[in-house]
Amino acid sequence: MTAAVAGGGIVSPPGPASEEVFEAGLEIKARSQWAYARRRFLRHRLAVGSLVVITLIFLAGAFAGQVAPYRYDQLDLTNLYHAPTTTAHHFFGTDELGRDYFSRVIYGIRTSETVGLFVAALSTVIGVLIGALAGYYGGWIDNVLMRLTDLVLTLPALAILLTFSALYGSGNKWRIAIILALFFWTGLARIVRGVFLSLREKEYVEAAKAAGAGDLRIMLRHMLPNSIGPIVVNATLTVGQAILVEAALAFLGLGIQPPTPALGALVFDGQDNPQAWWLTIFPGLTVVLIVLCVNFVGDGLRDALDPTQRRIRA
Amino acid sequence: MPEPLLSIKDLVVEFATEDGVVKAVDGVSWEIYPGEVLGIVGESGSGKSVSTLSLLGLIPQPPGRVVHGEAIFKGRDLIKLKKRELRSIRGRDMAMIFQDPMTSLNPVHTIGYQLAEAVKTHFPHKKDDEVEQQVLGLMKAVGIPHAERRYRQYPHEFSGGMRQRAMIAMAISNDPALLIADEPTTALDVTIQAQILEVLKLAQKETHAATVLITHDLGLIAEMADRVLVMYAGKVVESGDVHTIFRAPRHPYTIGLMDSLPRLTQEEDWLRPIPGQPPSLINRPPGCPFHPRCFLSQGRTRCREEEPPLRSIAQGHLTACHFAEELEGRASHFAPLDSVEATAG
Repeated sequence: MTAAVAGGGIVSPPGPASEEVFEAGLEIKARSQWAYARRRFLRHRLAVGSLVVITLIFLAGAFAGQVAPYRYDQLDLTNLYHAPTTTAHHFFGTDELGRDYFSRVIYGIRTSETVGLFVAALSTVIGVLIGALAGYYGGWIDNVLMRLTDLVLTLPALAILLTFSALYGSGNKWRIAIILALFFWTGLARIVRGVFLSLREKEYVEAAKAAGAGDLRIMLRHMLPNSIGPIVVNATLTVGQAILVEAALAFLGLGIQPPTPALGALVFDGQDNPQAWWLTIFPGLTVVLIVLCVNFVGDGLRDALDPTQRRIRA
Repeated sequence: MPEPLLSIKDLVVEFATEDGVVKAVDGVSWEIYPGEVLGIVGESGSGKSVSTLSLLGLIPQPPGRVVHGEAIFKGRDLIKLKKRELRSIRGRDMAMIFQDPMTSLNPVHTIGYQLAEAVKTHFPHKKDDEVEQQVLGLMKAVGIPHAERRYRQYPHEFSGGMRQRAMIAMAISNDPALLIADEPTTALDVTIQAQILEVLKLAQKETHAATVLITHDLGLIAEMADRVLVMYAGKVVESGDVHTIFRAPRHPYTIGLMDSLPRLTQEEDWLRPIPGQPPSLINRPPGCPFHPRCFLSQGRTRCREEEPPLRSIAQGHLTACHFAEELEGRASHFAPLDSVEATAG
């Protein structure tokens, strides 16, 4: 009898209705939550546009060796401080050593995206782990983990980041990334804890317990998939934030050391010579563009993955 | 007398609340025999759910706590079992059917996945296609049409009745010896209730599982139960086989419950509720917990001062009333009695 319901508002044919509806392919196609989410995301034009742009930028960074017209440390001493031009592919001009800034920006993107993605991945793992344990078990475990989170949140992040990167991080993007990740997990841990706290009371969790499922299975199979929305959104936004903070560190002269280009360091180098405006504008704009796009994608995901939201914002 | 499958003795369950300690279950004893359907009735908060959930370790602890008592199931005391041992019993030897099928299934997994998971939790080494065949068989057994298609659908694509069928399939998937149905039809509308009742009966017949049926629907009890336990304020106030309880109830509360239902055989303008409210479990009235609402008590000091023990007044018929004998000859006007008699005859 529900088979007929699955046929939607279609007038049932006479006879054993349901079978015929199925055979005629009249039933409404079943859509999973993911299909709905994809549709909602695709209707969010700004997010889709941003996703295309960010994909292109990240691909350019990933294949910097193939995309960039020059190596990042290649000198062209006949063209010092050359303004942006299409001749010799100096799209973003050259610096005081005649290095092609377009190539350096692309290599800088590579550094930034590596740091951004790695920080997002590592901080998500830490945040989910801590938030999940705190939310699921509650009690003293929750207390210990949340006080730890509060502690990390109250630390003066910039000062510590500066100290840490000065002591341990300089010159190596992986070390910078790990240090950043150790600061970025707190927000997600709180979010995941909150989601798990509410999921713990759900009846399907109780039903799973009654069916004999263990703690790990309930957390991984029942609770984690139901909290995937906020986790994905948070991870996306973390990519942008991490790139921004890494750029800020590089601008302050810490973090990745020359000659490896980093976007923040490129802006820093450029400020010595205000006449050569292209040396600050282009890497600066690139950072802004990346972070903006990442945030728009995050917004789109937030709307798409929220199952209570059926309306689509243009 | 055969060996009982599960025998509970003097179970006490407390909840610590801000206002004090609540004795949700206060010295309850009962047993259930293989293949039997035991109905537990009572108002909300009478402890009927807690008394069974606590056996499976499914009450939140804290604030809940089993203070006292034992529950012998297949020779082992469930109360003393370790968490891990209890987990291997849950879903395998003892399975639950929950009240609200709309929220008891996880929205992110397909029905087939969740049913298969119930099997694989206890038989992790079973092959995937073997499990799938078993699940498809279960889905067909509980009357889910087009099981092959339905297997890959999500809960939101199922109607309430179909979801409850899926929940029943999940409960019987590991051939449990004891099935606990906690208000299995309360969340469904009336026509679906009748269908689910049939499925429940079928499932019970197929698996020969002893079934504890927790409900406040006396009609459901009359249809399914072999024996009835009436609970009030955390205590058993009357128990006996279904015919006795419906035809010759010997506790004023049971009579009040039955009289509160409208009769189909005559015109009625008003329902006849039991006056008053269930007592606060923090501040129990002294003596018989039911005396402030009881038509028999009427200010008798014995009701106020002395708590009536659960005593036998006939073969297999227990009641906790000082003056049960005064109820002699008082027949119930409960409507489903006719159907009981019809099936009995």
